[in-house]
Order: sequence, then C-alpha cells, then structure tokens
Amino acid sequence: MKKWLMGLGLAAALVAPASAQQTVKLIDVAELSGAGATAGTNWRNGIDLAVQHINARGGILGRQIQITHYDSQTNPGATRAAVQRAIDEDTYAVLGPVFSGPIGASMQIAQRAEIAQFVGGEAANLTRQGNQFLFRTSLSQAAAMPKIAAYLKDTVKATKIAVIFVNNDFGKGGRDAIIPELTSRGMQVVADVSTEQGQTDFAADAIRIRNSGADAVFVYLNEDESARFLRAARQQGITAPLVGETTLLGQKVIELAGDAANGARGHVGLSIDAPVPAFQEFGRQFRERFGSTPDHNGLKGYMAVFMIKWATEKMGRFDKKGVAETLRGATITPAMEPGILITTRIEPNGDIDRESFLGEVINGRQVINVTLPMINPTARPGG
Amino acid sequence: MAELIQILIAGLATGAIYALAAIGFTLVWQTSQTINFAQGEFVMLPAIFVLVGTMTFGLPLWLALIIGTAMFVLLFGFGFKRLLVDQMISQGVLPLAFATMALSILMKEGAKDFFSAEAQVFPTLAPAGNLDLLGTAVSWQNVVVIGVAFAAIGLLQFFVNHTRTGRQMQATAQNPYVAQLLGIPVDRMILYTFLINAGLAAMASFLVSPIYLAKFSNGDVIGLSAFIAAIVGGFNQVRGALWGGLLVGMVDALAASYVSTSYRSAVPLVLLVAIILFRPEGLFGSKEERRV
Repeated sequence: MKKWLMGLGLAAALVAPASAQQTVKLIDVAELSGAGATAGTNWRNGIDLAVQHINARGGILGRQIQITHYDSQTNPGATRAAVQRAIDEDTYAVLGPVFSGPIGASMQIAQRAEIAQFVGGEAANLTRQGNQFLFRTSLSQAAAMPKIAAYLKDTVKATKIAVIFVNNDFGKGGRDAIIPELTSRGMQVVADVSTEQGQTDFAADAIRIRNSGADAVFVYLNEDESARFLRAARQQGITAPLVGETTLLGQKVIELAGDAANGARGHVGLSIDAPVPAFQEFGRQFRERFGSTPDHNGLKGYMAVFMIKWATEKMGRFDKKGVAETLRGATITPAMEPGILITTRIEPNGDIDRESFLGEVINGRQVINVTLPMINPTARPGG
Repeated sequence: MAELIQILIAGLATGAIYALAAIGFTLVWQTSQTINFAQGEFVMLPAIFVLVGTMTFGLPLWLALIIGTAMFVLLFGFGFKRLLVDQMISQGVLPLAFATMALSILMKEGAKDFFSAEAQVFPTLAPAGNLDLLGTAVSWQNVVVIGVAFAAIGLLQFFVNHTRTGRQMQATAQNPYVAQLLGIPVDRMILYTFLINAGLAAMASFLVSPIYLAKFSNGDVIGLSAFIAAIVGGFNQVRGALWGGLLVGMVDALAASYVSTSYRSAVPLVLLVAIILFRPEGLFGSKEERRV
C-alpha cells in the first residue's frame, strides 16, 4: 500500500508540471502593416486583452492561451501563407484577418483543415459560399445596408445620394449591397465614385461629389481613407450629411480626421460609446493597457477569443472541428459568457446577429443616438 | 467652369508636392548620374521624425520641426552622400541604384517598426476654411501648399542661376572634371545638392502629411508619382521636374474627375509612355550626348 501510494505520488509529481504547462495555441493573422494596419492593430490588441483576461481567470478548461500574431501585410498572398503556417503550427483556431479581400483569399485553407476561422470582414459574399468553418465577428453588409438605407430615407430625408467606396472586396460588396437598397426606397444615386485602397489624395473625388447635387453622401472606405476623405470633403466645402457604416464613425477615423469628422453619422455595429456597460468597461481596460481608444475592431478581436472559449467549455474538451459545430446556430448571452459582452447569435452560415446602433460624431466624440434591435431576437439561447 | 478651376487647383497642389520630390531625383541624377529610389521615403520620413519629437519626447511643434529637419538633413543629406553615394559611386551607378532601393526598404520598415504602422495626424500650419477665388472655394491648405512649394522652387532657381555658389553647382553638374580644373570645390558643391534635396524633401513632407496623414507607406505613392514627373518633365532639368510635377498632379486630378476613378493611376503612366515614345528626354529636358 505504501509503495502504491509512493508510486502514485511520484506519478503525480511527474504529471503535475506537465499539466501546468499545457497550453492552447491560438494564431492570429492580422493586418499589422499595409493599408489595413489601423484595423489590424485594433483587432490584435482586442485579442491580446481577451487572452490576458482569460489566462488571468485560469484559461480555457485549465489551459493557458498561447497567442501568436502574424502580419498579413494586408496582402492576400501573404495572408494565405500565414493562415497555412498557422494551421501547420497546429493552431486551435485561426483568428483574423479583418479585411474582406484577404479573408476571401485565405478562408478555404482553414476550411480544408476543418479549423474554425474568426474574421472581422463585412463583405456579404463571404458567408454565402457554404464554408462551415468561417465565423464573422461583425454584422454582414447584407444585414447592415438595409438599416443604413432606411436611415438615409427616414431620418436624413435624403433623395439624391452620392456613393463613394473603396475598390476592394469590402468596398465593392458594400456598394453592391447599398445601391439596390437605396433605389428600392425611391432614392436616386447621383454619383458612384470608386477609389483605390491606400489612396492618399481625395480632392478630385470630393469635388466630383460636391458637384453631383447629392443631398447625402454614403461613405464606404477603410479607416485611413475615410479620414482622408472626410478632410478632403470639408476642404472642398461639402455640406451634405456624410453617412457611413461603422468604420466612418470609428475612433481612429475621428482621431485622424480631426474636426472634419464632426457631423459624420451612420450605423455602428460595435462601439465603446454604445449604452452597453460591458463595452464601456472594455474601452476603459483597453485604454489602460494600450494607451489608445479602441474602435469596433478591438471589440471584434476580444469577442472572437471568447467565442472560442465558450464553444470549448460547452463541449468540455478541446476539439478543433467541434468548435465550429458548437458555434453554428448558437446564441451566447453575457450571462453564459461575460466576455461576449452582448447577446450574440451565430447564424448557421457564420453570420452574426446582435443589436447595433446609430450614431453621430459630435465635438470629436462618437455619440450613439439609437439602439437597433437584433434581426432575429427570439432565437433560443445556447444554441 | 468653376468645377474645372477647382480640379486644376487641387491638381496643382498635389503636383507641387510631386515637383518638390521630383527635383530631388534630378539633383541626385545631375551629381551622381544615379536614381535615388528612396526619394519617396525621403518625403515620408521627416514627418515621422517630427512626430517622434512631439509624441515621444513631448517637444513643442516648432522645436520638433527644427530638430526633425536638422536631423533629417544631417542623416539623409550629409550622411546619404558620405556613407552611401561616396562609398558606392566607384562601383558604378547600378550598384548605387540598388543601394538606394535597399535604403528605401530600410527607411520604410524602420518607420513602421520603430514608430507606428498606423497613420498619424500631422499638424497643419494652414488656416482652416476656404478662399474665394474666381467664384470657387479653394481650401487654404491647397493655397499654402502651392504658395510654399512655388516659393521654395523659385528660391532654388534664383540660388542656382544668380549666385556664385549656384553657378558653381551648375558647372559641377554639367562637367565635374572641367569644374575641378577651374578651381571649383566640386565635392562641396555635390554635398550642397544633397543637402538641398534633403531640405526640399523635408518641406514636401511637412506640406503633404497634413493631407495624406503621416504613414510609413506614403513614400510608395509619392515616389512613383515624382519619378514619373521627373521623367515627363526631363530628368536632367530642375525646371523640367517642376513642370513635370505640376503636369502629373493635374492629369491625375482631371483623370479622377472626368475619365474614371478606377483608372486614375493608369493615366499618368500612359502619359509617361507617350512622353518616352515621342520625346525621350522629357518635355523640358535636354539630350545627353556622350563622346566615345
């Protein structure tokens, strides 16, 4: 008996350090440089904050998260290589990227490996391809654009709209989604302006829009370009309301555009200025750690890690393929997983449904005016 | 008509920046017969230096501008000539051109890694609002860009054509061997051109960064456009770089407004091809002949 106990003690001593060192590996592929650096940096920081919070509370099923970030350089080719590398290095799930183009270029790699991929992109077509392993962290354009079109018609009372969009998957997807919504509501598109990713000079575009006679402008550009356009629009004396989707009212855009951001308004998927205490607390902790104010991408990165945590703990085991199966059709509430911050329904195709907001930039701050309901609020919690 | 005037003025402001950067190409070409492929990064980096001064060291803007400019001119005017050009020129112009490509990558990645990959706000010295000109609203930002760039180029032209040092620089550029025989301190004259290039690049950086925002990748756009401008205008003439810059800026703005925004970046390249086909020395350049 004594020998048996000693043997058990020895085995426990040998096993214990190994258990303590067990980790779960997560790899994030994000736009840490290139045109998407602002979005990617926010996303990465949100992930880092989530990992810090989860590890401080004991990790996932007792395992600490080991996070690695790879720079996609906002380049589809580099993104594909980085996602493949993440899978080769045995990541539990793939986090990122944020931009729709690089997502479209890399999503089949994670799909083939049957590993869940959590992305920040909004392009509507991403979730229409039957990929069972792709999960959004933001609302799809298909969900957001009808809300904006209704806002332009009912609140802004616009009849002639100028559309300016960035000529990539994200921008083209948004442009293709908003125009039918506008025309079906009787509004006329008087200018349809395509711009380039990374474009620096928006003076000519702003002049063209100003002279189009539009009584509202729908702006669908990436972060840096949104800020540059807002500055150019103010310089060229555009007085029509500038209305956008999430990015236009983002904190980084407000910071970069300065006074030119004042008056910009639109639909916001996630915001630390929304009347959701968990978002505000996230914003406080983000600022404390990184010294900057997060935009929606920071929230998306944070929630992505908690989606993985929730699915794994619901399964009660680490199962890469099971993460995707568990998440599809699930509704996660903050009562079930506080890190999810707001009740989030994951549609069977990987889209997200949750409350969203209408806001405006006033005196350099995003002010949320209206909370819009979920599209399908009656879904059963827990999936 | 009002729209056309606005577009031309916006193009003029953009073109003035391209001209400042394009002059750098011609200055380096005249003195070392090589192309500085880091010229775009020369325009990107001074703004980053100033932001490091204000954000990292908490300096007031005016002091950061002075220190940032001085450091940039020292490192990328004096240092560029002494540490890169002087060392490499004996190996031929091709290795030197490659060295400038390497420098371009170092400057870009260095700015990204040691400062930020994200765009940053750069303070403008121009007043807010617009100026009423011929019935059209022209932003003060554009007025300041055009005014400062033209003043700088005018002063440079005056210096080169009407001062003793300027004429010595011209003589050095035309034929350094003969200039040396005439007792001109050739090495010092070449150094002056590199210092002037760095100074003009810093000025372009401070003018353009409030509009483009300060970002490590800005050199890509500026460098390419300035290169096209220098070839269109005439690679061996400061005057050519000026007109080439203005032309490319205006063509870009007109293309974005009246042709197609999707193809706007192709239009200056078409212009470049047309110039190379019909006037290889550029619109204002002179034919370079060599005796063999």
